[in-house]
Amino acid sequence: MSVVQEKVSVVRRAAPQGRRFVLTPTVTVYLALVALLVVGSVLVGLKGGVLLDEGGILNILTRSTVLGLVAVGQTMAIVTGSLDLSVAYLIGLCSLVAAETMAGDTSMIAPAVVLVLVVAASVGLVNGLVITVLKANAFIATLGVALILRGYLEHNYTGPAGSVPRAFQHLGYDRIGPIPAATLLMLLIAAGVWWYLRRTRTGYHMYAVGGDIEVARLSGVRTSRTIVTAHVLCSLMAGLAGIFLASRLGSGAPYVGMDAGYDLESIAAVVLGGTVLAGGRGGVVGTIGGVLILSTLDTVFDDLAVDPFFKNVVRGVVLIIAVALYARSKGNGRTS
Amino acid sequence: MSEVVARLDGITKSFLGVPVLRGVDLELRAGEVHALMGENGAGKSTLLKVLAGVHRPDSGRILLGGNEVSFATPRDAQAAGIAIIHQELNLLPHRTVAENVFLGREPVRRGQVDRRAMVAETRRLLDWLGEDGIDPEAGVVRLPVAQRQVVEIVKALSADARVLAMDEPTAALADHEVELLYDLVARLRDRGMAILYVSHRMREVFDLSQRITVLKDGAFVTCSPTEELTSDQLVRHMVGRPLDALYPERPTEPGEVRISLRDAGNDRVRDLTFDVRAGEIVGLAGLQGSGRSAIARAIWGVEPFTAGVLERDGEPVRIPNPRTAVRKGIGYVTEDRKGEGLALRQSVRDNALLVRRAALRGQAARRASDLAALLKSVNVVAQGPHQEVRYLSGGNQQKVVLGKWLAVRPNVLIVDEPTRGIDVGAKQAVYQLLRDLAADGMAILMISSELPELIGMSDRILVMHEGAIAGALPAGASEEAVMGLATGHGIGEVA
Ligand SMILES: Nc1ncnc2c1ncn2[C@@H]1O[C@H](COP(=O)(O)OP(=O)(O)OP(=O)(O)O)[C@@H](O)[C@H]1O
Ligand SMILES: [Mg+2]
Repeated sequence: MSVVQEKVSVVRRAAPQGRRFVLTPTVTVYLALVALLVVGSVLVGLKGGVLLDEGGILNILTRSTVLGLVAVGQTMAIVTGSLDLSVAYLIGLCSLVAAETMAGDTSMIAPAVVLVLVVAASVGLVNGLVITVLKANAFIATLGVALILRGYLEHNYTGPAGSVPRAFQHLGYDRIGPIPAATLLMLLIAAGVWWYLRRTRTGYHMYAVGGDIEVARLSGVRTSRTIVTAHVLCSLMAGLAGIFLASRLGSGAPYVGMDAGYDLESIAAVVLGGTVLAGGRGGVVGTIGGVLILSTLDTVFDDLAVDPFFKNVVRGVVLIIAVALYARSKGNGRTS
Repeated sequence: MSEVVARLDGITKSFLGVPVLRGVDLELRAGEVHALMGENGAGKSTLLKVLAGVHRPDSGRILLGGNEVSFATPRDAQAAGIAIIHQELNLLPHRTVAENVFLGREPVRRGQVDRRAMVAETRRLLDWLGEDGIDPEAGVVRLPVAQRQVVEIVKALSADARVLAMDEPTAALADHEVELLYDLVARLRDRGMAILYVSHRMREVFDLSQRITVLKDGAFVTCSPTEELTSDQLVRHMVGRPLDALYPERPTEPGEVRISLRDAGNDRVRDLTFDVRAGEIVGLAGLQGSGRSAIARAIWGVEPFTAGVLERDGEPVRIPNPRTAVRKGIGYVTEDRKGEGLALRQSVRDNALLVRRAALRGQAARRASDLAALLKSVNVVAQGPHQEVRYLSGGNQQKVVLGKWLAVRPNVLIVDEPTRGIDVGAKQAVYQLLRDLAADGMAILMISSELPELIGMSDRILVMHEGAIAGALPAGASEEAVMGLATGHGIGEVA
């Protein structure tokens, strides 16, 4: 009896070594966001404007919605040690599938959404299978799928096609105060993905596969199935982004994803959010921070009417600084 | 005789046409520790991987409780009650202890992973092992190697296995931790588990096992009860010939001082004063964490000395980084071969020549004509110089690390656990090699947790205790004397 109690007290003492405040990448990214908002407000203010007025907030959040959906999906692929370069064309394809299926008919909204999700999931399945069955490197596999999608789009479309019914445009334009309804929807989905990654077995296995696929395999994790799941979910998120864009534009646009560069942009947001490109560490919360930083930067630049060349230089610098900071802050020192 | 839990029957396996296992039989019984012995590259780990469902045998049968089974994946083997602790540590450094323990078998409650149950069960198992100092919610990256090994054992236990196979589980452990592991293995055995135990440490095998199977070049040599074998017979089965004396003769006179410390220290070690002369092997003894490796790392410029003087051939020098150390002719064979010693995805050749290419210039850096001789001098068994190092058996990887340093012919060599995971025959070769290098004028500082080896090899032994030198002992000192100083008592008083 007393022995047992002694053991318990030892355990107690050993267990919570005080949760000290640590500068994790997630914390860093939100601090950076606050700093950016402050600096941005001052800069825009000096030019006689206001960054965070209703229009500004709306602008930032609208930009964040599409990028957020794509980047949250990309987070799952990257955490699993993979990545997806096919999202940009997939977004275009999905916007077309949505708009053409609806063809202005309200009763076709539900079938169109289902069809888009099926198309997106299939593309994700192909990505996943090429990586796991054909053992192609994820970069090459998804680049290949991107090229195939591009070929299809170029062959069949020259410009926008299809149209969505007026009722469907509510998704793109409705607001609750200054906050677009779609942004709330995006955050809800992000919360769902957070739960999925942090609380379900498959989520655990995504971290394990990304951390060390060999260890995962030897421990009995079904590694291929995990990778395929990550890609299907990632593509589904891109599909949702396509639906949202169709709603906003009123029709499907083949290159809407590519023109905005959502492939590289989403990867940048994920990495900016502190997820390690090699996989195994990071998560959705950081990604949303990364997305907000990128959209805020864009909005600030628009307000300042900065030339696009300079804009990209700044984004590049921000990204590199972020990654360098994380490389330092993480526990990659020796442990012994 | 107790029940046969698992049986391997005529297992063969080739990699790219090269046979690695040639018809191996093995019987594992409940409540018995079965030792598997053999030289580096004999196929021990490969056999374990066949049992674990990692490799499919080319032919042969696996029987569990009399029924033939076939494992397509490690998951199948796990489900059948087989747990393996692999030779290389198999943990995710950035996940917690509990997450690692339950990896692949996370308990689920209402659609979510039941974290609380995971942590509680992990804590229960840790308590049961008497390892309650490990926090189930700590990241594995924060644990020292020995505790990671404990986590691996907990992981195997939590799977409710009937068969536990351990591939050199003590290779990374210090002496007192080995004792704990013994205890643990004995307890598991007494509870009826069938245990397959791979080790190169003779003493361990004789202490723990009831039965020994020997493999040589992938073929079954013999299986017999432990009590019917002597260690000489065992060595002869493994090596195929009787071995000469394990430790070579000590020569007579050391030469001039190669490296000398005067009151040197940093935040891990302090007040170090000693010389190492040409032709001399100085042993560094001490418990894990006593500062042995810290001395090596300081001399080599990884965490340089911040106090005192370091002299090289009589001249005071500063060695702020490893590159300078290499330039100054100091080699360091690290203890952690996977982490620091090898580029696993590169070839044997590239690894062996790595330091030479990095540290020398011009013609000397490109020289590769002596590669074959170099690899032979350390007895590397590989399919050829172009094989990737990660496919080498564990012991052969260690030999490549040694070869890599010898390629630049340093005249001061620090070796940290140089024979970890190396078979007896190769151990003797490494001992002879170190002695020959010393005789050629090299000054050698040797760190080892295996006391017999340290005592057998050293011309002098410095015993570390809590970051300082507790005492110096002459060649051939007793184990009691060393342990007495290492534990902070006087010479020969062991608590
Ligand atoms: N995946 C692989 N591909 C090619 N060759 C391999 C592979 N795995 C092992 N080998 C070869 O099989 C042989 C046996 O290796 P194994 O790891 O089983 O040896 P071992 O008995 O465990 O040795 P050690 O005592 O050094 O750990 C070695 O020659 C090794 O190079
Ligand atoms: Mg082995």
